[in-house]
Amino acid sequence: MPFIPHTPADIAAMLLQIGAPNLDSLFDEIPAELRCPPLRLPPAMNEMAVTRLMRERAGSKPNGLCFIGAGAYEHHIPAAVWEIAARGEFLTAYTPYQAEASQGTLQVLFEFQTMMAGLTGMDAANASMYDGASALAEAALMAVRAHEGKGRKLLIPTSVHPLYRRVVHTLTRHQEIEVIELPFDPVEGRVSPSALNHYRGRGIAALVIPQPNFFGILEEADELTNWARREGALVIGLVNPVALGLLAPPGDWGDTGADIACGEGQPLGAPLASGGPYFGFLGCRQELLRQMPGRIVGRTLDAAGAPGFILTLQAREQHIRRSRATSNICTNQGIMTIAAAIHLSLLGPDGLARVAAACHANTLALTDRLLEIPGVTRIFTGPVFHEIALRLPKPSRPVLSQLARLGIQGGYRLEEHYPKLAKGILTCATETRTRADIDLYASTLTWVLNVKDA
Amino acid sequence: MTTIFDASRPGRVNAQHAPEAQAITTLENQFLRASPPPLPQVSELQVVRHFTRLSQRNFSVDTHFYPLGSCTMKYNPRVCHTLASLSGFLDRHPLASEESGQGVLRTLHELQEMLKEISGMRAVSLVPMAGAQGEFAGVAMIRAYHLARGDHQRTEMLIPDAAHGTNPATAAICGLTVREIPTNAHGDVDLDALRAAAGPHTAGLMLTNPSTLGVFERQILQMARIVHDAGGLLYYDGANLNAVAGRVRPGDMGFDAVHFNVHKTFATPHGGGGPGAGPVGVGERLEPFLPVPVVGRRLLDNGGEWFFQMTQQELPDSIGPMAAFAGNVGVLLRAHVYLRMIGAEGLSRIADFATLNANYLMARLAAAGFTVAFPERRATHEFLLSMQFEAKNFGVTALDFAKRLLDYNCYAPTIYFPALIPESMLIEPTETESKETLDHFVEAMIAIRQEAQNDPHRVRTAPHAVPVPGKGPGRLDATRAARKPDLIWKENTVS
Repeated sequence: MPFIPHTPADIAAMLLQIGAPNLDSLFDEIPAELRCPPLRLPPAMNEMAVTRLMRERAGSKPNGLCFIGAGAYEHHIPAAVWEIAARGEFLTAYTPYQAEASQGTLQVLFEFQTMMAGLTGMDAANASMYDGASALAEAALMAVRAHEGKGRKLLIPTSVHPLYRRVVHTLTRHQEIEVIELPFDPVEGRVSPSALNHYRGRGIAALVIPQPNFFGILEEADELTNWARREGALVIGLVNPVALGLLAPPGDWGDTGADIACGEGQPLGAPLASGGPYFGFLGCRQELLRQMPGRIVGRTLDAAGAPGFILTLQAREQHIRRSRATSNICTNQGIMTIAAAIHLSLLGPDGLARVAAACHANTLALTDRLLEIPGVTRIFTGPVFHEIALRLPKPSRPVLSQLARLGIQGGYRLEEHYPKLAKGILTCATETRTRADIDLYASTLTWVLNVKDA
Repeated sequence: MTTIFDASRPGRVNAQHAPEAQAITTLENQFLRASPPPLPQVSELQVVRHFTRLSQRNFSVDTHFYPLGSCTMKYNPRVCHTLASLSGFLDRHPLASEESGQGVLRTLHELQEMLKEISGMRAVSLVPMAGAQGEFAGVAMIRAYHLARGDHQRTEMLIPDAAHGTNPATAAICGLTVREIPTNAHGDVDLDALRAAAGPHTAGLMLTNPSTLGVFERQILQMARIVHDAGGLLYYDGANLNAVAGRVRPGDMGFDAVHFNVHKTFATPHGGGGPGAGPVGVGERLEPFLPVPVVGRRLLDNGGEWFFQMTQQELPDSIGPMAAFAGNVGVLLRAHVYLRMIGAEGLSRIADFATLNANYLMARLAAAGFTVAFPERRATHEFLLSMQFEAKNFGVTALDFAKRLLDYNCYAPTIYFPALIPESMLIEPTETESKETLDHFVEAMIAIRQEAQNDPHRVRTAPHAVPVPGKGPGRLDATRAARKPDLIWKENTVS
C-alpha cells in the first residue's frame, strides 16, 4: 500500500488489541447516511507514471527569457541554498513548539530576524508572513492598532503595487479602516510631497511609502517620512530586500526613520514558481514590538544557564488570545525563510550590493536599448532603480503575447490596473540577464512592432 | 551555540554568487544607504556547515516519530517535492503569458476538481496560502453572502469551545463577534446550547469534524439543520480531514464552506512552520464570493482545452485576492502529485490506517493505565489523554511528559489543547507510522511514568539528551524570553 507500512499480521494484531472486528467497524460512530460512495478521482499512478505526467506538464522549455518583474524577480539562487534548505530535517519539521527539539529551525529564524532587521534598519523583525501583499495588510492593521484612538485612516499611494492594494482591501475591510488612495504624480511617476498637504490634519494613522515603487521609481522617502511624522502618522516602508543592498533602509528615512518595514521576500532565494510559495517580511521599531503579528523567536537560557532559542511573545497570538489575537496567522513561511537566511549568508553585504547594482545597471541598459526603437518612450521622469515603465507605439497586449511566443516574457501590461497608462509596459532586467539577452529582446521587439497587425 | 554572525570576518567575500562589482553613479546619495547592511561575511563552506549542523538540531518527520495532535505529521513523499521542483514549474514568472502556463494551470485545475469531489463542494479556490487564510476566506464569504442579501444583523459566529484558536481569531478579524458553544461530557457539541444560541444574529457556525477532541461529531446533521434553519451557514475547518477523507464529505454533512490543509491531509511538508496552503471549497450559495484567482477551463473549437485565471473581472462578487499572485502554487503541485499517486482507494485507505493507528495506540495506552479522555468513544485519527492523575500523584505534568518524550526520540504530542481537558495530551500517529514505532511510543510512556514515580525530578527537568546528551539546551525558560525579548543578534552579547 502506498506509504502505509502495515502487514496483514500487523492489522490483525492491532484490531485484536482494539477489540474491533475489522477496519470498517472503526467508523461505526459515523451516521450511516453520511458514508459517501467511492469517489471519482483519477486512478492511482505509481512513481514512474506520475513522473512522466508531471514532466509533460512542466514542459521542456516553456518559459522563455524573463523580463517581467512587477513584484517577483528572477535572481540567481546559489546551489547551496536549496541543497541545504531542502534537507528533510528542516523540510519535514513543524512549527517549533517544542523548542528543545527544534533548535535548528529556531536558530535559523533568529538569524533570519537579525538579517531582516539589519537590512531594513528596524529594531526587530518577525519570522515571516505569507507574502509581500499580506505583509503590507498586516502592517496596516498593526499601524492602526498602534495608533488606537487617533484615527483609522491609511494613506496608500497608487504607486504601490496594484495587487497589493487589492489584497489590503480584502484583508482589512472588516476592521473599519478607511483606506485612502493617494494619486501619484503622472509626470514623475511617484508621490509628490506637495500633494500630501491635502491630507494635513485629517487624522492619518499611517502612510505607506513604497521604495522603489511599483514603477521602479525612487520615492522621496525622506520628505514623505518627515511629513508623516509632523502629522503624527506612522510610516510603513514597503521595500524590496535586494534593493536594500544599496538603498537607504526604512530605519534611516527622514529625521526619525520609518516605524514599520515590510515587503516581499521572494528575491531572497525563492524561485518564481508561478507565484509562490514566497514569504513576506515585517519588522518594526522597539515600541511597536507587542503589536507585531506573526511568529517571533527569542533567545533565552535553560536551567543551567546555557542559551537557546524559543518562540516568544506568544501572548499576541491566536492559540493563546483566540478572538483577541493581533492576527489569525498561525504558521509562517518557514522553509522559505530558512532559504532566505542561507541565501543572505552566501551573498553577504558585498554580494547583495553587487546584485542590486547589476539589476540597476541592466535595467538602465535595457531602457537605453528599447528607447532606440522608434515609438518606444519613457512614461515617467522620476529616478529609476530596477524596473522601467515604457510606452509602446502599439497596444501592449498583442505585442506582449507575440513576444512570449518568440521566447521573450517582455513585461507586465500596465493597462491591466492603470487604464490611463495605455500601451504601457513595466519591464526589468535583473542580474541574470546578459547584454546578449537584452539585445535579443530589443531585436525581437523591433521585429514584432514592424510586423503588420501586431 | 555559535551563530552565523560569530563566524563573520570583515573582507570575506563569496565572489562566486554575485555579478562583478560596479560603481553606481546614476543615483543621488540621498537614496543610498550610508553603510553596508549588517549581513554575515562568511565562506560558502562555513555557510553549508553551519546550516547543516543546525538542521541536525531538529526533530522532523524524516528523523523522528512526530505524533503532534491536530497537525498530521505524516510522511511527505520525496517524489512530490522532486516533481514540483521541475524547472518548467520553478522558473515560470507568475505574470508570464497564459500560453506558457498551460501545464501548471491544467494541473491546478485538476487539483480544484479533485478537491471538489473529495469535499462534496460545488467550487474551489486554491489561493489561500495557509489554513488560517482559508478560514479567513470562508468566514469573509459567509459575511459577504449575508451582506449581499441585506442581512446586516448577522454578526455572530458560533464556535464550539474546543475549536482551534484560529477560528475565533478569524471571526474577529472578519468583524464578527464570537459566541462559544459548550461541549457535553461525551465530546459532542451541546445541542440545546446551540439551539439557544442560533437565531437572527447568527452568521454561521465554525466546526472541525472530527473535532479537536479526537471524536466524530455524531450530531452534525442536527447541528446543520439548527444553523440553517436560523439562517446561518456552516463552515468546515478541514484540519482533521485526514480522519475521514474518502469516507465522508463535508458537503454531505451540510457544510457550506470548507478549507483544506494540504500540508496535513495531502502530505506537503510543514517546512518548520510553513508554507502550507489552505484551498477553500464552497456550495452554491457562496460560489460567487470565492477568492480570486480561480482556474477556469474553456473548450476550444479544435477540441482542445484552454486554462486561464479568473480574476475579479469574471467574478465581480469575489471577496478579492488574498495573495499578490496565485498563492502557494509549489505547495499545491505537491498535493496534486500526492493525490494522483494515491487515487480514490488510497484516500480512504489513509483514513482507515490513520484511524487504526490512533485506536491501537489509545487501546494500548489505556491498557497500560493511562487516562483516556473519552474512553467510551472511538478515536478518530487522534485521541486525547489526560495526565491529571500523574500530575496530582507524582507531580509530573503533561508538559514534563512531553519534554521527557524527546529524550526517548519521540517528538511531543500537542499539550494543553484543547483546554477543556485538564493536563491534556492530543496524540496523532498518522497512517504512515508502523506498529513497531507505536509500540516504542507506548513503552516510552510507560517508562516515563515509572520515572515519574521513582525519580520525578528527572522528568521535571527533561529533556536531558536533545539532540545528544550534554550538547543541547535543557528545558528553556519561556518566561524569561517573553519578559526581556532578545530577538536579534548583536555584537558582544551572549553567544
